[in-house]
Parts: sequence; structure tokens; C-alpha cells
Amino acid sequence: MSHLDQLYQDVILDHNKNPRNFGRLSPCTHASHGKNPLCGDDYWVDLIITKDRIEDIRFEGSGCAISKASASLMSSTLKGKSVQEALTLKDHFITLVTQDQATDAKKALGRLAIFEGVKKFPARVKCAALIWRALEDALQSSEGQVTTE
Amino acid sequence: MRKYDFPIFEHHPDLIYLDNAATTQKPKSVIDCLTQFYQNDYATIHRGVYQLSQAATQKVDDSRLATQRFVNAQHVEEIIFTRGTTEAINLVARSFAATQLKPGQTILVTELDHHANWVPWQQIAKEKGLGFEFIPINDRGEIDLEAAQKMIKERNVGLLALSHVSNALGTINPIEILIPMAKAVGAKVLIDGAQAASHVQIDVQALDCDFYCFSGHKCYGPTGIGVLYGKKALLKAMPPYQFGGDMVETVTQGYTTFAQLPEKFEAGTPPIAEIIALKPALEYLQGIGFLEIHRHEEALLIQATQALQAIPDLQIIGTAAQKAAVISFIMEGIHPHDIGTILDAENIAIRAGHHCAQPVMQHFQIPATARASFGVYNTSADVDRLVAAIEKVRTIFK
Repeated sequence: MSHLDQLYQDVILDHNKNPRNFGRLSPCTHASHGKNPLCGDDYWVDLIITKDRIEDIRFEGSGCAISKASASLMSSTLKGKSVQEALTLKDHFITLVTQDQATDAKKALGRLAIFEGVKKFPARVKCAALIWRALEDALQSSEGQVTTE
Repeated sequence: MRKYDFPIFEHHPDLIYLDNAATTQKPKSVIDCLTQFYQNDYATIHRGVYQLSQAATQKVDDSRLATQRFVNAQHVEEIIFTRGTTEAINLVARSFAATQLKPGQTILVTELDHHANWVPWQQIAKEKGLGFEFIPINDRGEIDLEAAQKMIKERNVGLLALSHVSNALGTINPIEILIPMAKAVGAKVLIDGAQAASHVQIDVQALDCDFYCFSGHKCYGPTGIGVLYGKKALLKAMPPYQFGGDMVETVTQGYTTFAQLPEKFEAGTPPIAEIIALKPALEYLQGIGFLEIHRHEEALLIQATQALQAIPDLQIIGTAAQKAAVISFIMEGIHPHDIGTILDAENIAIRAGHHCAQPVMQHFQIPATARASFGVYNTSADVDRLVAAIEKVRTIFK
């Protein structure tokens, strides 16, 4: 598979076209706004967390296929997870898209490991990571804003 | 084949470079000039006791004369070297707008303008209690001339600052109409020529603008060097923008007298090599000639416009009657960044984003566009490769 084919796999293209958990959650307990000012990727992530568990999570916004598919797959994976599990997955995801040796991360991420191909496109790492940065911010500050810059 | 003039294409024979609106590649004459100066002739300027310095000073003077000829300025001291267009605009904002405009007066830009010709005015206006407004554009990406006329008449305009050519859409603005319109009400006019200098012949005397600025790196010259042309009487009346060495006559504890033009605005050791290598860049353009550049780029623009228009679900943003060879486009359901990545895999360099012109994106209610911009070395075959690669984008996203 070429680098390009690894990047634009069918699952990613499908989540781009039909994003899951798309829309705002109102009311919610935690939220953040993630922006990439260079390319205009712009997403909200909203969560309802009860007793340290993610009961519901939705996202809304616009951006490239990589950022949108990343947000969609993240949201479907995190529902039902504990806050600590979500933060651990976030660390694994960042490792996956930035580090060469990511065997453990790959194992822990399961189907999210599909984003490994992003590593070959340094300009696109921020796209894949944006929603995870926003998630981290939401979990830590309950309402905030992050940018990739 | 002008690609032979540009060593980058020897190193990347398969590269289709279509990001010329961001920055252009450098011809061998410019690269050789930089190298030769550093290897054989390097010294500082204006410290004339030794021969190397005298020779370097002479080269800088020659480059200023070449720049004067390039824009057809009346006086050589009307040419101020800056770090680029951005610094030139900031210089005028700080030294002219902040000191000469009066509260109640308005600085007018256009909806097409680059952040570099927007934010400096917006910030100075805030600081000094001036008005700041933009002339709207129509849906072809052309300045609305009726709105312009009305705003210029009614808004107590002190300064009109507008781009000659839009970097985001390629629109060539009718500055020969807008300049006299603004001057008729006593306003001064600054033209941001960053995007024009490589495409259009500049004649500041015929235009009768008060300021004109452009960057070396967008017209086949080095980075870090820009030009501010200003009318002599205006420049003389303006206070220095930065203070330091080289821009002074006498310095005592209590007072300082400043150097004459152009040194008054050139504090510190300038980018000597870049100034010197600006000359071969301008001569490269003049060697081809703007008539030929226009003929060449217009042919590419027409070919690319027709081919892209034929692609389903592709929309060209910016369809002005007068355009430089810049094409911004969007594709249904495909983000410009994804287009850029797929084209890059085909060795085609385009820009994806808001092109530092967020107000333009807001007008068209889009977050970003993909932009292909052409230069003297691009060929008809480059356009064919672009079109084929866009078809590949469609296949991937089907």
C-alpha cells in the first residue's frame, strides 16, 4: 500500500463522509473548542461525564478528512470509557502519530491504529491530533479552547 | 523552457511548483549573486574606509537604482529597503498613519486584502481613534466600485490601502480608477504590490500612488528584502520608524539628528546580500519583459481555468474579469488540505488554507481553498499534470 493509500483508507473516508456522533451536546458537563488556525480545522467536543465515566460524547465543526475521521472514530471509541482510560488512549494516539516505535500504542488503540499512516505526512499530524488535544483540554478544564499553534 | 534557469528543477526534475503566490523559486543569477557576494565581496556598507566596503556600498546603491527603474520612481531616495511588504506596510502605518492622520479620519482597505494589509491598519486605527473599514467585493471577487465611490466620498478617508493583485483569488484590482477616486477627496493611497510585482508592470508615477510596496521573494528574488516606494515629500515629513545605527547624523546625550532619505528609514545593518541580489531578480523579470510574462501566464490561466471548470463538483472561487495567474478552488465534500496532500504525493506543490485572507474566506463562507498559482517557469504540461492529479483526488474520495 502506498503512503497515500495508508492515509486515506476506506474507514477514514467513510467516517469523513458519515461522521458518527456529529452535533453538539446541550447541556454537557465538559467541552472544549479545538482550532488549527493555519488550515481552519475547527471543532467543538462536548461530553457528559457522570461518576468519572463518559456517558456521552459528540463533536461538531469542520475540517479535512483526517481531522473529521479522527474526531468521529474517537467519539465512537470513548463512549463508556472512564476519564483515565480516555486520557491513556489520548497518550497512545499521540505516540502513534508521532513516534516510530509505537507497538504498545498500536495494540492499545485497536481500530484507532488506522491513523498510523498519518506519521508519514508530518503536515497532517496536527489534523489527526486536534480533536484529542481538545478532548484533553475538555477533561482537564471542563470548558476551554485549544489551538494547534 | 525557463525551468532551466532555476536550479531547483535540476534537483527536483519532477516538481510541479504551483505555489508562486506564496513565494517563487530563484533563478541561477540570483543564487550566484548571493553566493559570489558572500564568497568574494562581502563587507558591510557605509563604512567606506576600505575598498571592500566601498564596493559593497556601490552594489547596494546600484540595486536601489535598479529598483527605482523597476517601479519608475522619480527619485532614487524614494526607494526604502525593508524586510518585506509586511514591514513596509507597518512602517507606513506607524510612521505615516499614526502621526499624520487625525481622529475622525478613516483608513479604508478592501475585503480582498491580505492580513498584512489589514491588521496593521486595524491596530493603528484602534490605537489612534481612527476609523477602519473595508470596501466590499462582489461574488466574482471584484471590488464593488460603486460602494468604493460612496465610501470614499462619505467616510472622511485619510488613507486608502489596497492590494494591486489579490493573493487569494488573483483579482487584478482597478487601481488606476481607485487611486484618482481617493486622491480626489485628498486621501493618500498605499498599494500593496506583493502579489503584483512578478506579474504586472509597475509605474508609480503613472499610477500617482503615494506608497507602493512589494517583496523580493515573490518576484524571484531573495527572502528578507522588500521595497517601500514613497513620494519624497511624504517620506521627508514622516518620522523615523526604527532608531539605531545608520539612520542618524549626530548623536549626543540630549538629542539626535536623523539621516536623510532613504537612510532615515533603514536603521541597523541591512540585509546587504539580499538587497544586492534583488537586482538580478528584477533584471530577470525585465529580461523576459512584462508583455511576454503576461502572454505566457495568461495562456496558462486560460488553459487551467477551462480544464478545472470541466471537472464535476469543482468550483473556482474568484472569477474576476481581470485576473493574474492564480486559481483558488474548492471541491464538493473534499477539504482543501486533503487535495493538497494528494497533489503533493504527485509532486505538485499547491497551497491549501485561507491564504492569510480570512475576510475573503468569510465573504464566500468557506473555511479555506486550494490554490494553484503560476509563474514564468510553469508550462502547459504542468497544467495537464495538475488536472490529472485532481482527477486522482476525485477517485480517492469518489
